[in-house]
Amino acid sequence: MRPANARMFRAGLVALLLALPFAATAAEAPKPPPQPWSYQGVFGVFDRPALQRGFLVYKQVCSACHSMSRLSYRNLLQLGFDEAAAAGFAAEVQIADGPNDEGEMYDRPGRLSDRFKKPFANEKAARASNNGAYPPDLSLMAKARPVGADYSFALLTGYINAPSNVQLMEGMHYNKYFPGFQIAMAPPLAENAVEFPDGTPASIENMARDVVQFLAWAAEPKMEERKRIGVKAMLFVLVLTALLYAVKRKVWAAVH
Amino acid sequence: MSAPEFRNGLVRWIDHRMGIFSFMHHELHEYPTPKNLNYFWNFGSLAGFMLVVMIVTGIFLAMNYTPHVDHAFDSVERIMRDVNYGWMLRFLHANGASFFFIAVYIHLFRGLYYGSYKEPRELLWMLGLVILVLMMATAFMGYVLPWGQMSFWGATVITNLFSAIPWVGESIVTLLWGGFSVDNPTLNRFFSLHYLLPFAIVGVVVLHLWALHTHGSNNPVGIDTKGKQDSLPFHPYYTAKDLFGLGIFVLFYFGFTFFAPDFFGEPDNYIPANPMVTPAHIVPEWYLLPYYAILRSVPDKLGGVLLMFGAIGVLFILPWLDRSPVRSARFRPIYKQVYWLLVADCLVLGWIGANPPDGMFIVIGRAATVYYFAHFLVLLPLLSVFERPLPLPASISEPVLKGGGAAGGTVKPMEKA
Ligand code: HEC
Ligand code: HEM
Repeated sequence: MRPANARMFRAGLVALLLALPFAATAAEAPKPPPQPWSYQGVFGVFDRPALQRGFLVYKQVCSACHSMSRLSYRNLLQLGFDEAAAAGFAAEVQIADGPNDEGEMYDRPGRLSDRFKKPFANEKAARASNNGAYPPDLSLMAKARPVGADYSFALLTGYINAPSNVQLMEGMHYNKYFPGFQIAMAPPLAENAVEFPDGTPASIENMARDVVQFLAWAAEPKMEERKRIGVKAMLFVLVLTALLYAVKRKVWAAVH
Repeated sequence: MSAPEFRNGLVRWIDHRMGIFSFMHHELHEYPTPKNLNYFWNFGSLAGFMLVVMIVTGIFLAMNYTPHVDHAFDSVERIMRDVNYGWMLRFLHANGASFFFIAVYIHLFRGLYYGSYKEPRELLWMLGLVILVLMMATAFMGYVLPWGQMSFWGATVITNLFSAIPWVGESIVTLLWGGFSVDNPTLNRFFSLHYLLPFAIVGVVVLHLWALHTHGSNNPVGIDTKGKQDSLPFHPYYTAKDLFGLGIFVLFYFGFTFFAPDFFGEPDNYIPANPMVTPAHIVPEWYLLPYYAILRSVPDKLGGVLLMFGAIGVLFILPWLDRSPVRSARFRPIYKQVYWLLVADCLVLGWIGANPPDGMFIVIGRAATVYYFAHFLVLLPLLSVFERPLPLPASISEPVLKGGGAAGGTVKPMEKA
């Protein structure tokens, strides 16, 4: 009787633990399908050409509405752009600076040390040009939603015609992955919206995949360093633990 | 307990004037420890290790953190992006809190299983509970510091609980907030207290160890050591064993810190706090979920708060609720069963705490809450009277010497239960 009981408890516990994630995410929108990101896993790294393309998509499409104000132009060096290219991107925007010696504020071309320029002066201005909705800052988007990268990809490619029984509200669009399905962002990507210098076809799916990888990088630019150091740290502790086990065995040999 | 002869002259000189080296030799080296402790006895030193990790990483974080509502979130992101190894400090600290609780909860349930709270270790047990309460307060306030959405709304929900206290409740909440809502003064005082309380924990840990060293460790068979043959000097036996266990524990800790650092976190806390937008589900960190479930199982606010605190309170009087003279569950056939039911019950409460309080979740939550209290207030006092314990071994050495197997796994019952 006793072992049977124990087995039942254990089975119950396992069932419970398995049920947990499902119970927690039982929202109405379907689960975003997992995508094969190159940066996943212990040894996964970002795909540099994809990050560069993703940045172009952000710059030419998303940055019209979304800020990414936790990034600086200098961070672009990490994407594999050389210094001249990164400085060139910075110089494309005018940044308010000052006051100068006369006490005047003035505009100057952006520098590597500047943060990404925001499209709107403030939230009110952003809402005013977006039908009252606020396009959130994208710097942390990949971490700020459950399975953020998969979700963002699903969102960008998830626009469909509203089912006939749904009454779309004014200025809203139907997206099967957005909680509540009605989103204020118009489908941002159109075929060939961007021209990639490396000749990659600018299909909606390609653009979405690249811009989302760029968002994932932006949410944690130190991710590769983290995993690199993590592997070394784990190996170190593993060897140390093996040695400690040998020591423990030796010390206890006489007792057992 | 004679002072050892130290070889180093300076050590001898100091020790003659202030017996600190003799003290350390006595308490950390020759300190007699039962020879049959299993790996569940590692978790006390693991918790101590985590406390040190939290203080060290916390101090370096505090050098780069800004406790102001307009800058807190940005300063944490600056730590993540621009401070050298800042991401490591922050992930070690955030995941460290979870692993601190994992160590302490295993430590506590170890005590429940082997009856470590019983005479003469009642004070030791209660001091441990004081540490747990201080840890919960510290972790709760730490979680507020990054000033994300969950930080803000968690703080709002939890501080609001105190308003349920009759007469003085509202004043207490105003005092906690330093104003009329969770705002900059709240963040400031939480940061101050978050820096202070870990050192209070260190103080209580010292008392906890003092109480421990008065009678020494309990052990898996739960009977007292009966002489030299039952114990081993702490060093090198348990230093070696604890260090090996530490290696294993750190592998798990680093595994999460470096490869799944956001596993224990909430995506919402990567959104800066916004008092105008309430998140869909406000949930505390996982280690507080069972209490949160108890809180929400009671339809009345004050009742919920009382029961939530009662969940810890009942542990304080546990030594007087469980009157069975036998400590270890190995020799208590029925207690052993209800122990695992309690473990399952606590996991269920945690699961309920993570879910919205509606439908079946309410029913299950209430049942689990009732069972939690029934375990301590009804089952244990009844078992103290009606349970027939198995015969105890004559001494610790007896089961240890019998092939060694008995000390590790479960003991074969000596007669039918
Ligand atoms: C025309 C303006 C505009 C453009 C261009 C635009 N967005 Fe948006 N975006 C919005 C608005 C407005 C919202 C807020 C939607 C809402 O809350 O209903 C939004 C929301 C989002 C969200 C958050 C959805 C959520 O779960 O809250 C993501 C992710 C996003 N946009 C990604 C992108 C990406 C990537 C691009 C570029 C490919 C882009 N957007 C281009 C206006 C825009
Ligand atoms: C008992 C020990 C401690 C526990 C359980 C604890 C717990 C926590 C938790 C849960 C967080 C939130 C982590 C996050 O999600 O970002 C946090 C943040 C923080 N803690 Fe601690 N902490 C402890 C000790 C300390 C000490 C001693 C200090 C400073 C001297 C400190 C300084 C900080 C700072 C500056 C933050 C904000 C930065 C951040 O969010 O990462 N902590 N703490």
